Amino acid sequence: MASWSLFNELESLRREIDEAFRGVGFARPLATTFLSPTSARRFPLINLSEDEGQVYLEALVPGVDPNQLDVSLLRDTVTIAGERKAPGERQGELVHRKELGFGKFSRTIDLPTEIDPSRTSADFRDGVLRISMAKPEHAQPKKIEVKIS
Amino acid sequence: MANGITAQNEERSLQTGEETRAPEKFLRPAVNIIEDESELLLTADLPGALKDNIEIHVDQGILTINAPVSVQTTGRPLYREFEWAPYYRQFQIPEVIDQGQMKAEFRNGLLTLHLPKREAAKPRRVEISVAS
Repeated sequence: MASWSLFNELESLRREIDEAFRGVGFARPLATTFLSPTSARRFPLINLSEDEGQVYLEALVPGVDPNQLDVSLLRDTVTIAGERKAPGERQGELVHRKELGFGKFSRTIDLPTEIDPSRTSADFRDGVLRISMAKPEHAQPKKIEVKIS
Repeated sequence: MANGITAQNEERSLQTGEETRAPEKFLRPAVNIIEDESELLLTADLPGALKDNIEIHVDQGILTINAPVSVQTTGRPLYREFEWAPYYRQFQIPEVIDQGQMKAEFRNGLLTLHLPKREAAKPRRVEISVAS
């Protein structure tokens, strides 16, 4: 059990290092920004979790029309792409604050295991995309009965 | 007048209000605030907020947005880039806003808040009639 969590820690560390080398540097976990023009982070922001049979991904894509979202799977990667359309500018307007980002985005995420693309579902609600992906049989832990001889 | 919404003192004077709410965690949603002749238009990213529980109120010229989020955690966390916490942010709004006419919509995680100006505060065009 301890070794399992060690692997998770390493995996997490590897991802963090990857992010750091992309010029992120300052990770602020308490932020749900999306396509921010002032951030070098990659969007959308994601959380990954898993249980025995599934891998779950949560991505923050507020203000995106779900029809404009494109999720694709290839082996052990998932790609989320789409576009957040900028509102049309009106004449004579005065900008007080401009913190929201707009434009096209695409991000490919490495998953910790292979997944079975036929048993994957994606759900979009209130700006959050949730994808659950099933691990294939051979990537699932198996119980072996111990026989008493 | 409309300066209140851009004034830097918003951050400082109201941030303390947020701090008194510690140790609870709050997310500060990103916003756009655009003003035109008839209204201020505030758009805020509130992914995961519950539509029916978004609270928007104005008290003594301070607009407060407060929204809990629906968290569905499944499985063991592997990697995190964000944390779930309720959204909370305050703004000073100018007096010219007609509070009775405020309108809000929430769609795909994006809150749109229309803050119309009072009739008296709208710029008015004065027709000049030329006496012939």
